Parts: sequence; structure tokens; C-alpha cells
Amino acid sequence: MSLEDIKKRTVLDPDGKEIEIDPLKDYYCAATPDMKMEHHKSSAPIIEKFANWARSESLWILAFGTGCGAIEMRPLMTPKYDAYRFGIQWRATPRQSNVFIISGYMSVKTLKRAIRAYEQMPSPKYVLGLGSCTINGGMYWDSYNTINRLDHYMPVDVYVVGCMPRPESILSGFDTLKKLIKEGKGEGAAKYAENFEWYKKNQKQIIQDWDMPDYNW
Amino acid sequence: MIFDPMQIPWTILGLFIIFNVGLILTGTIRKIGARVGRRRGIRVYQPYIDLVKNYALRSNFSHGMMFYLAPVFRLSGGVGIFVFMPIIYGSAHFSNFSFAGDAILIMYFMFFGTLGMALGAGEGGVPFSAIGISRGLSQVTAAEIPFILAFLAVFIQNDSFTITEIVAAQQGSFLNWTLFTNPLATATAMLAFLGSMMRSPFDIVLAPQEIPIGPPTEFHSSFLGVLQTNRAIFPIAKTILFINLFFGGATNFPLLIFKAFLLYMWSVVVGTVFPRFRTEQSIRWFMKYPLILGVITILVLQFG
Repeated sequence: MSLEDIKKRTVLDPDGKEIEIDPLKDYYCAATPDMKMEHHKSSAPIIEKFANWARSESLWILAFGTGCGAIEMRPLMTPKYDAYRFGIQWRATPRQSNVFIISGYMSVKTLKRAIRAYEQMPSPKYVLGLGSCTINGGMYWDSYNTINRLDHYMPVDVYVVGCMPRPESILSGFDTLKKLIKEGKGEGAAKYAENFEWYKKNQKQIIQDWDMPDYNW
Repeated sequence: MIFDPMQIPWTILGLFIIFNVGLILTGTIRKIGARVGRRRGIRVYQPYIDLVKNYALRSNFSHGMMFYLAPVFRLSGGVGIFVFMPIIYGSAHFSNFSFAGDAILIMYFMFFGTLGMALGAGEGGVPFSAIGISRGLSQVTAAEIPFILAFLAVFIQNDSFTITEIVAAQQGSFLNWTLFTNPLATATAMLAFLGSMMRSPFDIVLAPQEIPIGPPTEFHSSFLGVLQTNRAIFPIAKTILFINLFFGGATNFPLLIFKAFLLYMWSVVVGTVFPRFRTEQSIRWFMKYPLILGVITILVLQFG
């Protein structure tokens, strides 16, 4: 898709009538994040606590590998590490995922897809930054094509250091994430909504061909 | 049918039991699958946590009226089968709202959820959903023909459309089961049964590696929660229908759960052994073996 494809224009429909289409409005929703929804908590603390427990014990990962670290996520499904026993499962669609693992370096091209996927995930959602590349760029620090600090573009809950981190470290990262969620500190989506303009400014500085609405859910 | 309001709480209790049986069965079968693969696998109660989590998510984006209604249609398909079917033979409480000719209504409900889902998932706007739906509808339609032939054979054999009467005719000895009195019809039905269980070789509809993940791609949080609730109820309700029609029904809950487990495992075992069919392969398969078997069943009944 190019920038031309998403411009407002008039086209002929199959019946021969002229109709006006505006892809940005027809295909996407351009509304900003709903702060009330992002901050919604049950009035009874015990219910919120129970919900947080369920959220932490059922982490569905978006099966989207963004960098070389994705290779370290595969062993988690194998008998040796078997992340399923901790309630960690893989989903093929962002709509049904809760955890987004940014697995290693993030190229500018992937960043655009990562933002779209992140915004489509239902909140509360969590981001796990894998490897040194997500913290300060790692070995790609002075690369022309990768970002250095992931938390300038999306809120990160847990970083797992290493180049690359072994599957044990990832499991330990999940343990930390579970503790955070149980304590009610896994509110990355609310943080994203609060600092929405700052995040968008950072994202747009990197992505030159911005061809989507500011917020895509 | 005489409507008795006191039946409502008993039906809800039955539904609650079936719902739990469905969730635990799903967990157990995934656990068995993991053990076969030498993993520890998910916790048996993981489906409960997943369900609570999905209902507890905050986002709820609807894409329109049909999108909103699709999970409701899907769930009413599953609940509809259950509500109008006797689950325990001889029990006044667990006969639900069965009536003379209930089998016709139940056969309608089996297709109902799929159609509702097709309309709703189409409105989600993801091309994968549309692809999944076209595959799903063609496959279900192909599986439905041998299904109906097998059911018709049972109806003709018993001269009745009433499930309670069909179960009553199978009591006494296990040799009275339709499995032994009409093995051809049972074989046809069991082959068609595979087509509606969403397991390999007939899981091209979902195909996670190819069209992630078909019709439910856009459904999330409580929409997905309702779909998951249905996924616990629907297969068990359908399995109970098969137990009633072909395997002598059940006179108590332990027997029902045991038979349901075995029948469910039939689709699991076949799914583990055989790889996934493409849509045209599965339609061709349904039009070959189950359909020919089904036609022979009817011919044997008529002229045998």
C-alpha cells in the first residue's frame, strides 16, 4: 500500500455509479484512546484483584517476532521449557493477545507494524522488551535503520537483558511481569493513553511515510 | 409439550454441569496432548482462567450490530441444542424441554450458530474472516448431508422424531443400541461427526498457520469469552445428541460424562493421526465415503 492508495477519491462502483471513498475513514477508526475505559477498575477491590490474578495467569502472546530474539521464543513451546504450564499461550491475532514481545532490534519498517499491532490489542496489554537492542539499541546502536530506545514508542513493562537472552531469562521475565500485574502495576495501556501525544510525536519522527490514522483500533 | 416453569432451574443446573464438563474436558484433552508430546502442558483448570481473563478485559470494540450479535447467535446454537434435548434418560429433572418431534428443532440449531457467526465475522472486515467463513460454510454443508442421512435412518428405524422414544428403544441391553441395530447409520454419523468438531483433518476453517485464525480473528475480550463459553457447551451438547441417538443414551451423569469423553476422544484421535485437509479435499471426502455409506444405509432400511 502506498500513500496514494489511502487518499480520498472518487471511484466507479460495480453498478457504474460514482462513489466517494475515504480509506482512512472507511477502513480505520481515527478516535483517540478512551481514557475512561483505560482506567476503568472494578469498584470492589477484591474483584479487581481477582481480575488481575486471571490476567496474570493467562498471558496470551502475540505470535509476531520482530527481531532475531524471536528464535529464543520458539524453545518456550518445547518440552524442555514448556511455557504453557505457566499459563502462557500463543495467539495468531493481536485482537486476542495480551503480551507483545518485542524480540530484539526494531527496524523502522517493523516499528510501524508493531505500533499498529500494539494499538489493536485489547487493554490491559503488556509489552516485554527482549534483549539489549530494546533498551539502548545494543549492537545496532548507531544503525541507520533501527530505533534505540523502545520505551520512546510504546510503554514497556518488563525488559529482559541479554544478547540474546536465553529462554530461562524470558521465563524469569514473565515471572516479573506476572508479579507486576498481580500488584496492579501492569497499566501500560493507560500510560500510553495518558502520554498519547508524546508517543505519537516520537513515532512520527521515525516513521516518515505515515499512512494510517493516529490511532488504529 | 406441557410447559412447566419448575423445569427452568433444572435446565439451568444441567447447563451449568455441561458447561463445566466441557471446560474440564477441553483442559484434560490439551493436557493429554501435551503429555503425548512429553510436555507438562497447560493446567487442567487453565480454560477457566482464560475465560475469566477474557471477560475481565477492558476493551470492547464492536464493528456493528451483526458483529455484536454473532457470539450471541453462536451461543444460542449451543444452548438451543441442550435446552430441547433430554440428557438423562428416565430423569424427570434432566429431560429439559424435550417434546414430541424435538430432533427436528435440534437439527436446525446445529446449523444456526454457524450462520450467525458467518454474518457477524463478515462485518469484522478482516479478509481472513471472510475466507474462513466461505471454507467453514462449504465444509459444514458437505458434512451435513451424511449427517441428515444417518439421522433419517434412525428416525425411520424407530418411526419417531422424538429423542426420548429413540433412547427408550435402545434400553435393556447394549445390543439394543443403534450402534448394533443399525451399524451402517452409526458409521455414517461418526464420520460426519468429525466434520463438525473443528479438529484436524477438518480444521482448515481456523488454520492458525495460514489465515490467522479464520472467523474469530476480530473477536476479543467478552465477545471471545462468549465464543469460548459456547466452545465448552456446543461440542458436549452435540456429543450428548449422538449418545442419545446411537449409543443408548445415559441413565446417570457419570455414565453420560464417560460416554461423552470417549466420543470426544474419537475426534481427537482421528485429528492426531490425520493431517489437515484442504477445503476441496474435505468436501470431496464427505461426498465420497460418508455419503455413499449414508445412501446405502437408507437403501438397506427401505429394501433390506
